Amino acid sequence: MSITYLEAIREAQARALADDPRVFIYGQDVGAFGGAFKATKNLANEYPGRVIDAPISEDAMIGMAVGAAVEGMRPIIEMQFADFSTVGFNQIVNQAATLHWRTRVSCPIVVRLPSGGTSGSGPFHSQSMEALYAQYPGLVVMTPATVEDAYSMLLEAVAIDDPVIFCEHKYLYYHLKADRLPTEALPTGKAAIARTGRDLSIVAYSAMVHEALAVAEELSGEGWEIEVVDLRSVKPLDTDTVMASVARTGRLLAVGESWPWGGVTAEVVARVASEGFNLLDAPPQRLNAKDTPIPYHPNLWTVHRPTARSIAAAARQLLRS
Amino acid sequence: MVLGRVLDEKFATLYRAGKIHGGVFLGRGQEALSVAVGMQLQPGDVYAPLIRDQAGRLAFGETVLDAARTYMGSALGPMRGRDGNVHRGRPKAGYIPMISHLGSNIAVVNGALLAKRMKGQNGVVGAACIGEGATSTGAFHESLNQAAIECLPLVLVVANNQFAYSTPASRQFACEALVDKAPGYGVTGHSVVGNDLVQCLAVLRGAIDAARNGGGPQFVEATLLRLCGHGEHDDAGYISQEHKDSPLGRDCLKIAEEQLLKAGVADSDTVRQWRNEVVLEVDDAIAKVQREPAPDPYQEDWCALASRHLQETHSHLED
Repeated sequence: MSITYLEAIREAQARALADDPRVFIYGQDVGAFGGAFKATKNLANEYPGRVIDAPISEDAMIGMAVGAAVEGMRPIIEMQFADFSTVGFNQIVNQAATLHWRTRVSCPIVVRLPSGGTSGSGPFHSQSMEALYAQYPGLVVMTPATVEDAYSMLLEAVAIDDPVIFCEHKYLYYHLKADRLPTEALPTGKAAIARTGRDLSIVAYSAMVHEALAVAEELSGEGWEIEVVDLRSVKPLDTDTVMASVARTGRLLAVGESWPWGGVTAEVVARVASEGFNLLDAPPQRLNAKDTPIPYHPNLWTVHRPTARSIAAAARQLLRS
Repeated sequence: MVLGRVLDEKFATLYRAGKIHGGVFLGRGQEALSVAVGMQLQPGDVYAPLIRDQAGRLAFGETVLDAARTYMGSALGPMRGRDGNVHRGRPKAGYIPMISHLGSNIAVVNGALLAKRMKGQNGVVGAACIGEGATSTGAFHESLNQAAIECLPLVLVVANNQFAYSTPASRQFACEALVDKAPGYGVTGHSVVGNDLVQCLAVLRGAIDAARNGGGPQFVEATLLRLCGHGEHDDAGYISQEHKDSPLGRDCLKIAEEQLLKAGVADSDTVRQWRNEVVLEVDDAIAKVQREPAPDPYQEDWCALASRHLQETHSHLED
């Protein structure tokens, strides 16, 4: 048996619905249609009245989730694309993220964001929003890179008493497969060492973990041992694991699919520079998408975001410095 | 109504004396409408008031102490100095605290109502209060439409007080009356003269009963005039004398008093006595709150998450 990243998300939601009567799913086309990506396939049949089609009203969708959470429910909101969450941005960052701090009433909602680029999707169906949400206090931001994490982290997201922004990568939906669903997982807030090495730490998350792993494999043929750190969640960000990795390798390359100004890679570099400067044998580097909207054409798209090729080039340069 | 007015006036006095940090926002002129909403809700209902709803908040069950503590920044208040003035509530009691983004709380009320329905709690209603300015927001449209689709027992109360801060209603919408929007959403519309207590009580009772009995969302437009500035920092010089001299400019408290006297419910001595009683109640509460501790930044946990173990710590230099 094999299960994809997308199926793992579907299975996690099925299990959350089965295990907890407080869970319901609300989003556009999630009901009988099973979602734009089929992440809720058959769930409306299996859990009648708990998988609810929403109008095209992202603001009201999140507002609805907050109100339901106040009443003790644990809603999962599917944004059809991460990009559309900007329409619900106000309710996420001002309503959901502040509720517990203001009132001591927790706001256990999960906002699923189908994130990141796939070729041909263009400027409005390709965005990675994790840095934007990580900037705001009161939110947990998850960026699973594996089938196992997609499953276990989504279940943990439902269990957490705070709003969780769950960035699931669309490119991984079908490409990534595992033999079975996991029975145990690292806790939220712990990064994973996806591959061990001693010459360079590539710190990545979500789909970029796989690009980094491909680079590690390629550079192993050149005699380099690359360590790949999978952050798993970008908020909280596991500084300890990153720092321990840099202590082993002396070199840092942070890779993210979102834009270069600020963001997760800048945060990683800033933390290592300020807290682990003496661990570094070379200036810490980072690689992000280009500072333009995300292009539609595959020729442009493959160059816009970091790929194994551009990461390998940056890694070689850093290894020689 | 009287308590709301007296408490508001007290806050204004304290503001002018420099005893309140931040803004003060009064409900002067809107107490009849506000109280008609708050007093006709029941335990188990949901209430999302806005900035001019002191009277309705008290009628819904808020204590004078909760209001005073929030305005005066007492650490013992429901918001503990983390938020102030009209930004207060007790969500678990169905009293939704407002955020400043207008229209945003309507969908929150929808969510509470949907959850109650999913939990099998029927016969409840949720009232969300906005001004005419908020009807221009996308949040208003999305949430009223959402309530209609889900046939939720929402009562959306629009206080059309003619000005959103300084912007006149003519720059806010172009339809003849806001209530005309209701059929476009497939919801029932009601209009009421907002400074007439008897009318407000009757119309709101009708709307609340209809929502409670399965009639779906109810839209209430109350026409009135704000008899104060947007906040106490604002002299409202943009409100014309013509507006003030119009029937809408009549003080709802005065009208209510006349209605009580005419109906023989109370005489003027009784009304005066009510006022004296609430003045004492308010003075006692303020005196108590003034002796209470302010929030201590060194005792504050600076944690935004309920899951404390997931809160990040920064700046080791501060430790």
